[in-house]
Amino acid sequence: MIAFNKYYNHFNIVSTFLIVVSLVLLIFKGLNFGIDFKGGTLIELRSTDEKINVTSLRDKFSQMNLGDVSVKKFGNDRDYLVKFENKDNKKNIIEEIKVSLDKSFGNNFNFRRVENVGPKVSAELLKSGVIAISLSLAIMLFYIWIRFEWQFSLGAILALFHDVIVTLGVFSLFSLEINLSIIAAVLTIVGYSMNDTVVIFDRVRENLRKYSDIKIYELTNISINETLSRTIITSATTLLALLAIYLFGGEILKGFSLAMILGVVFGTYSSIYIANTVLVRLRVSQKTVLREDDGNS
Amino acid sequence: MLYFSKLRILFITLFSLLFILIASSNLFKVDDGFFNKKINLGLDLQGGSYLLLEIDNAPVIEQKLQNLTTTIRNYFKDKNIKINNIKINNQDIFFNVPDENKQSIIDTFEDENSDINPYYPRFKSHQLILEDTGNNFKVSFSKQGLISLKTSSQDQAIEIVRRRIDEVGTNEPNILKRGNNRILVELPGLDDPMRVKSLLGKTANLTFRFVTNNKDSFGVEKLKYEDGIEEASVSKRIIISGDNLLDAQPKMDTQTNQTIVSFSLDRVGAKRFGKATSTGIGKQLAIVLDGKIISAPVIRDTIASGSGQISGGFTFQTATDLALLLRSGALPAPLNIIEERTVGPDLGQDSINAGMIALAIGFLLVIIFMFVKYRIFGLITNITLIVNLFILLGILTLFEATLTLPGIAGIILTVGMAVDANVLIFERIKEELKDEKNNIVAFDSGYTKSRTAIIDANITTLLAAVILFFMGSGPVKGFSVTLGVGIFTTLFSVYFIARLFTSIYVSRNRNKERLI
Repeated sequence: MIAFNKYYNHFNIVSTFLIVVSLVLLIFKGLNFGIDFKGGTLIELRSTDEKINVTSLRDKFSQMNLGDVSVKKFGNDRDYLVKFENKDNKKNIIEEIKVSLDKSFGNNFNFRRVENVGPKVSAELLKSGVIAISLSLAIMLFYIWIRFEWQFSLGAILALFHDVIVTLGVFSLFSLEINLSIIAAVLTIVGYSMNDTVVIFDRVRENLRKYSDIKIYELTNISINETLSRTIITSATTLLALLAIYLFGGEILKGFSLAMILGVVFGTYSSIYIANTVLVRLRVSQKTVLREDDGNS
Repeated sequence: MLYFSKLRILFITLFSLLFILIASSNLFKVDDGFFNKKINLGLDLQGGSYLLLEIDNAPVIEQKLQNLTTTIRNYFKDKNIKINNIKINNQDIFFNVPDENKQSIIDTFEDENSDINPYYPRFKSHQLILEDTGNNFKVSFSKQGLISLKTSSQDQAIEIVRRRIDEVGTNEPNILKRGNNRILVELPGLDDPMRVKSLLGKTANLTFRFVTNNKDSFGVEKLKYEDGIEEASVSKRIIISGDNLLDAQPKMDTQTNQTIVSFSLDRVGAKRFGKATSTGIGKQLAIVLDGKIISAPVIRDTIASGSGQISGGFTFQTATDLALLLRSGALPAPLNIIEERTVGPDLGQDSINAGMIALAIGFLLVIIFMFVKYRIFGLITNITLIVNLFILLGILTLFEATLTLPGIAGIILTVGMAVDANVLIFERIKEELKDEKNNIVAFDSGYTKSRTAIIDANITTLLAAVILFFMGSGPVKGFSVTLGVGIFTTLFSVYFIARLFTSIYVSRNRNKERLI
């Protein structure tokens, strides 16, 4: 048996630190919103001429009077991702760019993807994204409140907030782009983290009923150990699947799978070191679950 | 618990086979009506354009108010009430009446059978709201009035949009209403989205009006030519408009070697056109499209045939597009493209390939891992996983669901998470075997005791998927579908298929020690 409970205090400090740092990052550095939430235009280009390089392309775009343009390589040497704000929302901007590129580089560019999101739509998408995440947290809270005693709910929700905040903190730290698929990833993380916590809690509650003489400090550790191989295997297979998406699923899914990978790692950690420590700190005992049973019967 | 009746085994086998068959119909061409269903590929996989158009209703409201001032003035004139100082300011109409007529105005506006203020019994609201501000009356659209106005312009616009897109001839376009002032257009496998965009971006409001030298500003407006430099004074009086057109076609004028658009008019239009061309010989007739003059030819002869032509330095492409716009009619209001997502077909194919490779590798990794970890029970899990995948694909096929790139990610994720239920069960059985010598009893209680955890775990994921389905848009929605459906197929395959195999294996090895 691994003595997870020995490190409860240590990791609580680590978690608090992580959350504080993430919050500071989120407040002061903010998130790197993609065009989905900020509005603007994105173009994915593929060049057929190997002589074209990112510097010359960047120079060309900066001459086009598009405002702040970002030109980056995308995955390999031939693909480029161009982003700009398109403040005036010009209608024929793509056509103009095409003409201008053809003039300078010859007909060597293939427009693989064009996305243009107006300011109104991006504001709506951001709003619905925030609503979706808040709603999912609220529903999880409700679900866990029905299924467990309030001490458990608090632990699960704290774990959930930890996972979402720290994942977003990492995205802020590395200025990774937040787009629609990241919202999907965050929601899935919420589901996964809950799932992981619930499995351990289920066992804690079962053990609470079984043993009246074991203190919660020991009992959580027993429960964590009993469910440990399941935790490891499920996390491992999920991570394997996500790793396959990250490495082979193409550039478009990179951000999504990275967010999910972070979420699964944090989710697994928080189920053990946040959710359970809350139970310990709230001095949950057999009485907590038995009282509930009486109330229900 | 471990016992399966023959009937049940038969049912499970048939059910699984059915879905495997349905899923495999994606790979083969089958003529049978039931089996030729296919999973739709989303725009991000097959390439195409997604356009969200917003109707700019401000000009429509402006026009309505303009008409309304005339209506109000004439209506009350007939009733011998003099309307003074009527003017439009910021989407409101203001006017004065003598004090003794005030009540009569109020009564007219509040009458449910009012001629000028339609009443919607269903919403218990009039179209217009009349307010007495003290020194004048203020008329504005009610909330319901605005909604019905928007809805009707949306209905007209979607019809025109559909006609224009049909004329371009793209395959299976998807044109839907969104809210009361938006139109969603999905164009799969489109080669040239720019052409469609430019076609949808034009109102195509065509009018024929005389050019005048009259300097009187009332009834005359200054309009620019297409080149944006030259100007001409044009009468506001419309001789014929796009509504009068029966047909329009691009043609080659053999005399001048120019591309032109020839048109034919309906009876009313032909009559008016004939009259105008007979009285106006020597005058310039301006052909105005969306507030710009295309050309303003001098009338040389009376045209009574009801057909004519527009020249204006067209290329064959621009003439074709103008003819198309004129045939399909004018939009009631300008459309703005507020969101566009276009994926080229080669990127779509690349995404499919990448998705499939990721799926294959993810699947393989999970299968190897499970076999190494659990041996015979890993094998059972793996068979379950394969059948699960087929059932998932089968259901998506059956409902002809749209598969997107995030959707593929959802399938891969399902593969990763689907083992969870089996693992929960097997680990529980392992624990049970520590105290329980009887294999069958241990297996039974393993299944029973792990159930709450499994249900909890799946409900939490399902809840997340459901929220995503209702809140997400486009490709992300595809993710929620595969994730959500995946939960049900996982539970089915774990509790029926995996348990069937497990029960067979355990019954045969009931006395074996260290079974798992």
